Formats: sequence, structure tokens, C-alpha cells
Amino acid sequence: MGKQIITLTVNGEKHEVAAEPRELLVHTLRETLNLRGPHVGCETSHCGACTVDIDGKSVKSCTMFAAQADGAEITTIEGIATPDGMHVLQEMFREHHGLQCGYCTPGMITRAYRLLQENPNPTEEEVRFGIAGNLCRCTGYQNIVKAILAAAAEMNAAREAAQ
Amino acid sequence: MKDLEDRQERIDNLKGLGCSRKRVEDARFTQGKGNYVDDVNLPGMLHGDFVRSPYAHARVKSINIDAAMALDGVVAVLTAKDLEPLSLHWMPTLAGDKQMVLADGKVLFQGQEVAFVVAKDRYVAADAVELVEVEYEELPVLVDPFEALQSDIVLREDIKDEKEGAHGARRHHNHIFLWEEGDKDATEQVLDEAEVVAEEMVYYHRTHPCPLEPCGSVASMDKINGKLTLWGTFQAPHVVRTVASLLSGIEEHNIRVISPDIGGGFGNKVGVYPGYVCSIVASIVTGQPVKWIEDRMENLMATAFARDYWMKGKISATKDGKITGLHCHVTADHGAFDACADPTKFPAGFFHICTGSYDIPVAYVGVDGVYTNKAPGGVAYRCSFRVTEAAYFIERMIEVLAIELNMDAAELRRINFIKADQFPYQSALGWEYDSGDYHTAWDKALAAVKYDDLRAEQAQRVEDFKAGKTRKLLGIGLTHFTEIVGAGPVKNCDILGMGMFDSCEIRIHPTGSAIARLGTISQGQGHATTFAQILASEIGLSADSITIEEGDTDTAPYGLGTYGSRSTPVAGAATAMAGRKIRAKAQMIAAYLLEVHDNDLEWDVDRFVVKGAPERFKTMKDIAYAAYNQAIPGVEPGLEAVSYYDPPNMTYPFGAYICVMEIDADTGEHEIRQFYALDDCGTRINPMVIEGQVHGGLTEALAIAMGQEIAYDDMGNCKTGTLMDFFIPTAVETPHYTTDHTETPSPHHPIGAKGVGESPNVGGVPAFSNAVHDAFRAFGLRQSHMPHDHWRIWKIANDLGLHG
Repeated sequence: MGKQIITLTVNGEKHEVAAEPRELLVHTLRETLNLRGPHVGCETSHCGACTVDIDGKSVKSCTMFAAQADGAEITTIEGIATPDGMHVLQEMFREHHGLQCGYCTPGMITRAYRLLQENPNPTEEEVRFGIAGNLCRCTGYQNIVKAILAAAAEMNAAREAAQ
Repeated sequence: MKDLEDRQERIDNLKGLGCSRKRVEDARFTQGKGNYVDDVNLPGMLHGDFVRSPYAHARVKSINIDAAMALDGVVAVLTAKDLEPLSLHWMPTLAGDKQMVLADGKVLFQGQEVAFVVAKDRYVAADAVELVEVEYEELPVLVDPFEALQSDIVLREDIKDEKEGAHGARRHHNHIFLWEEGDKDATEQVLDEAEVVAEEMVYYHRTHPCPLEPCGSVASMDKINGKLTLWGTFQAPHVVRTVASLLSGIEEHNIRVISPDIGGGFGNKVGVYPGYVCSIVASIVTGQPVKWIEDRMENLMATAFARDYWMKGKISATKDGKITGLHCHVTADHGAFDACADPTKFPAGFFHICTGSYDIPVAYVGVDGVYTNKAPGGVAYRCSFRVTEAAYFIERMIEVLAIELNMDAAELRRINFIKADQFPYQSALGWEYDSGDYHTAWDKALAAVKYDDLRAEQAQRVEDFKAGKTRKLLGIGLTHFTEIVGAGPVKNCDILGMGMFDSCEIRIHPTGSAIARLGTISQGQGHATTFAQILASEIGLSADSITIEEGDTDTAPYGLGTYGSRSTPVAGAATAMAGRKIRAKAQMIAAYLLEVHDNDLEWDVDRFVVKGAPERFKTMKDIAYAAYNQAIPGVEPGLEAVSYYDPPNMTYPFGAYICVMEIDADTGEHEIRQFYALDDCGTRINPMVIEGQVHGGLTEALAIAMGQEIAYDDMGNCKTGTLMDFFIPTAVETPHYTTDHTETPSPHHPIGAKGVGESPNVGGVPAFSNAVHDAFRAFGLRQSHMPHDHWRIWKIANDLGLHG
């Protein structure tokens, strides 16, 4: 099958990649660009392990063709940490034991990263609803929710301090 | 005072037992730097994919691979005929049966592996799967195990005339075994003469562990040096190496098995699956690395289901509620091949822990294993070999008996608990419970939820419901479970002949840090964090200075792997014992350095101190350096130890769970208002990790009890092959849990620890299910089968006439 050239800006870096029209974005990210953070758990959009951020929205990269992302700005888990170190969400997931096997974690944190931009001060109920597209088999979510709420509090405090 | 503070600081610095140490694994995982099997990418790697049967029972008339082979990028298509010369078209199962690797003349369940396509990329492989032409002749299907035992239809033609199976006599061509434990005659006599007998069929439905990462493997046969490297989702990598050697004829030293990071196991990754075998064969045939990764549908349809036990129970008691006997007969649906993951001598696992937490003087269990046209498996989904089925059975029977006696179910439990002074306790079915204090745990749990107030509220609710003031019912789900985890002992527990010990090897480095390798493999349990804590407390080096490594058979000592909550009871014990060997040698070195006799020294947190002269000491760090930098008479250089630990007994964790559930009688919807979980897992290594395990296990229990199932239609079509149909709770459906604990150490474990990861599933399922049943008890409900999804709960209400 013929390949076409598409342009993706991933974690701030521009890439031109050749992909078949049917190639799923998650495979382009994982296999062509060697970004192994997004995982494949279901291939039907249910589990969210493949979640990435595309043009400011959380997207499940296992059910999107790479060609559909032509020209897009993409952030994966690999792009969430800052030059100064881990993102506060990553810190809080560790601090509050928000992960066990780690397979859902990249998608979960990437989703939470967007959620806290959509709603910087969510209630517990809003967090639970906001991550309902991401499944975790290990944690029962309680500590994930705790970690996201703690990250929100810390980010808000940092914002206030900066103002 | 200063000394005490100093000592406490030294203890804290170790981050040893009892410390909620943050996990060392998390820096990688939170930054997307895990290394799972699908992340393994080798030069020239090919991709394998299966042609699977659309039928549950059919003869395979022909397979035409020509069109598939003609597709650009296809390298090979393997069928049973290609595997037969290698004797790999069938493989042994863990349960003493054998299983087709690729369909040999017929298929026995929907989704069965028929042919293995190998291509240059995963897309081409998927295309080629569609081009393999298979001609089937449909055969009549058996999906009901009771019908299968009566039917003339022969499922397993390969063994139809064999009267003896791996576990004794077979009485029908679809019968696998009858396994019995206990005193049948004495139990029947007690039941015949009992004042009260409650009888019920309790079904624990078929479900699936469904870890978020599906199963997969990468095989790389290096023809030049004759070495096979196999990466895969293996909960028991060393056993996989031994099995791979026995099956392939490659000498074991030429096989290296690596379990990289594993994205959850829950029992799903214990077995050996056709995909693993085919990836190995394909790599040998093609001379290139071959990756096989199943998709979610393949995982749910074909890779190791769990449960599917029809448990017919009879429990007898005196009029005032003292239990006198228990009888249980199980019809166990094993699917097309008996591929249960149990220790060899236990075809029904440890199901005979089904007397639970109760002092029952006489009991009998009989389990009939049956073949049907369903996927093989029978793995322990977050439980220790059928313990979840056992706990569900006894906790339902207790509730049914409470109804029969018109008694409060909490009180019925209390008067029948094994008492603290009865431990070690010999159960009627042959187990020796190591330790427990059930009454203390139970009273603490009932007090925590204000049990009497809940019952009063429930009684009022029933009145209000009857008066038409509300449509919501209140259920109080009680459970007191006893687990049995930590297989060995070797004398009666093995997997394919390998005794179920486990191991730890420690090397102390000259500058006072260490690496320890174990025969287990973490799948999210956090071994790299917690095993370092065990060791820190034993050898006095900070957990932060200890690397834990597992999963590479070329470097780790042989072990039986991680499942059945055996890591802490067995490998954790090996870790402590190896640590003690280190300390014993360290004591000799310290004595030399301090110029005293060994016996003049005592261990204090992180150092050996001269008795009566606390200012004279050598820390473990000092000793480590000395072990490498000077000649000590009579002592070999270096500081290393290895321990292979054969546990003298299993450990018996227990717990008290209470679920308070609101149920809408009109819609069948439920809301979990409160869930209280008290666990006793003996000595607690890392409370944070324990709590996380409990949350996760409870959520898997919630899924199983309230909606999750592998269901088939009459044609043997699997109706639950995607996450649309197979229920996994999201954060929205999952309630908030309250965790609590008591601490009753195991008397035989070196640090008193028991397992915990599976307790919440074992205890959680009956707690959720009992809450549903309890909500309808006042209206006459005795038993209704799981999963309690909205439709089934609505149907309970409807059948009881609650819809007017």
C-alpha cells in the first residue's frame, strides 16, 4: 500500500513521516517516532492507554489514522515533563501511589494534564468523570483521583504565587 | 534520650518494614519509560498473527494458504501440519492435559488458533489472516457442562477412549476428573441427622482477568550461537524456560527468558499460550525475531478465562446456629482443554479452603471437571487457585443458612468463627491455618460501620418501601474471608514437576549498596520497592541503596514466579533468609575488625555492637568494605548470599469486609454508599502499597460481582469479546473505599508476613454480592446468580413481585 508524507509536531519537534493511509497514529508514534509511552490496550477507544494530546484535546491515538493528524501539534507523555524535571502530575502520581503496573499511566496522566487545563479546580466528582475514558485495572482509581486533586491544588497555588 | 532518637533516625533511614516508602518504579512509568513486551523492537523483526476459528465446534476440512503466501510481505503461514514433525502441534497444559497449539483436524471453541501468519509488519499479517481459506464442517455444540456430561457428542476425540485422566478415572467422554476431599460418609450422616439444613446452588460465573496489557511474546533464535531469547508476558519466566526447553529440545542453558515490565497479570499471564509457541517456532523457521501480540478481542475470547464453577452446597446447623457440617459438589466447566493453572496435585486448586473462617467439624468436597466448547483456562484471577470460588461459596452458604435459621448473618458468623486460641487450626478438609483472630477483626469492622444502626435503618427502609414511601432498598453485604496463599510447600505443591519454592540472591557491593535478584516477577505489585524494604530491615542498608531485579532467567535465581499471592510469603521469606546469611557472615567480619568473639556482638539496626560497649561498633557499610579490601583469616572475600526457600506451610490472610448498597428496585441500578475493608495480612511491609492493592482488588471484585462476565450463546459464540461488552468499571462507577487492618503475624514466616494482593478480590466479590442479596432478603430472596448487572437486579425485583 502506498505511503504518504505527513507532518506532525510532536512534543515541540517537527517530523515528516511516511505512513500508509490506514496506519493508526499510535503505531506512527510508537514505531516510527519511537515514542513508546502511549500504549495499546484495546484498539476500540475504550481503555485510553493510548491517550495523547492533539491540538489541545485528549485523543485516543489507537482509533485515529496518522493521516488525520497531518499538521497537528501532539503532546505525548514523553513531552509532559519540563526541562526542570517531572511535571507536578507525575510527581503527585508517585506521591499518592496513583499507579501500579504503569500500563495505563501515560494515558492517564496525559488525560489529567488536559483535564486540569479544561478545569483547573475540579471537584472529586469532576475528576472521576473527567478520567472516565481511561481504564485502570490496578488502582481502583482512588489514589489516581487523589493525585490529580493534589496536582490541581499545587498548580493553583503556584499560579497564585506567581501573580 | 539522645541515643533513642539517634536509633530511631537510623531505623527511619533504612526505609525498611512498615514504611510507606514511595515506589522506585514510578519515575520510569510516569514518564512513559516502561519497557513492556510490545516495546521490544529488534532489527528484522517479523510479526505473527492468528487465523482463528469462527465456530465453537467444527471439523477443519482444509486449509489453503496460497493466497496468503502470495501477498507481498508474508514470510510464512504455519498450520498444525508444519508443527507436527516437531511434535509441537499439541502442547502439555499445566493441569496434566494437552492442548492444540494449532487446530489439528477440528476446532473446539470459538477463537481457537488455526493458523499462524508471519509477515513483515503487523498490518500485512492482519491482511494475510483474511486471505487464509479454511473450510469447516460445523459440529453440534455443547456449552452447558451438565448437558455435556450426558451428551453423546464427543468433544475430545483424541482421548475419547481413555478411562484414566491426569487426575484419576473419567466416567464419560466429556468428563475430565472427579476430585474429592474430606469425609463423605460422615458428612452425609451429619446432614441426615441435622436439626437444620440449608441447600443451595451457587454459581460463580465465567469471567476473565483482562489485564490492560494483552499477552504477547518476542522470540529471537540466534542460529549462530544456538541461543533462543524469549521476551514475554510471563508471570513465571523460569518455568517458561524449562517448558520451552522440554518442548523444543533446546538445552535450557541456551534459552534466556525475559519478562520485561508487565502491564498487569491477575493470573492471565501464568499459562503457556499457542502464541508463545508459534512465535518461537516461527523464529526458528525464519531465522528472524518474531513478535506476537494479541489484541483485546483475542485476549477475551481465547486467553485463559477464570471461574465457571457450579457449586451445589448443603450446610447443616443446630437450631441455635452452630454449624455441624458442610457438603459441596462442584460442576467445573473447564472448556475445551483442561488448562487450569493449579499446582499439579490440585485439579481444583485450593477450593477445599471452602470451610472458610468457620469451625466446621466435618466436611466433604467433590469437584467434577467437564469439557465444553468454550475457551480453555481456569486461571486464578487475582486469587490463589480457586480460593475466590471457595470464599464466595461459603459466604453465600452462611447467608442462606442465616435465612433458614432466621438469624442475623453477622451473629451467625460470630458464633461459628474459629477462635483465636484454636490456631494453628486443622480444618476438616485438611488445611492447617497458621494464625488468625477473627473475632477481633469482626468486632472492629461491625463497630466501624455502626452495624446495629445500619440494620435499624434497613428495617425502617423496608417499612417505608412497603408503605410506598421509597423505591430504594438498602443492602448490607457482609463477608469474613480466609485466604490461603504462598504455595509451596514443595512436598505437595509443584508446577509441571517444579517444586514451588522461591529464591533470592544478594550481592553486597564494597561501598555498602546491594543488588538482590529474585525468582518472582512484579506486574504492578511494586517488588522493586517492597523487597528492598524487607532486605533493608534485615541487613541494615537503606532500601534506597538496594536494587531489586527480577524476570531475566540468565541472571535471576530459579523461582516459580508471581501469582497466588506467593511473592511475599515465599520469595519475601527467601529475601529475609538470604539477608540473614549476609548478616551471619557480616558478624564474623565485624568480630575480626573489633577483635572480639562473634558471640560478644549484637545486631542493632544497621551495625554490630560490642555487648555492653555501644561506642564500639561496625556498621554494615564498614563491614561491606572490609569484606572486599582485606584478608580475614578463615573467611572468604566478598559478601553474597542466596536462599531457596521452601515454606513449611501456606499463610492464611483474612479480612472483614462490609458493603452498604442502595438499590433502585425499578431500574436495578445500585449505588455503593460505603465500603469498609479490614485486612489482616500479618506483618505489613509497606502500608501504602497494601492499601493500593486493596483498592485495586476491590475494584476487580466490583467488576466481577456487578457486571463482568464471559458469556456464550447456544452456538458457542462468545458474546463478550470487547470492552464494550465486558465490564471494567471506570472511575465513575468505582466507589470510595475505607481501609483498615489488624495485624496477626504468620508464626512460620521469617518476618511474619502473609500475602495481600488477592484478598480484596476473594473477600470483595461476596461482599458486593451479599449486599445485593441482603437488600432483597426481607422480600424472600435466597439466591440469585452473579453478575448483578442492572438487568439482573431489576429481574430479581420483578420476580419477587416488587413492581406491582
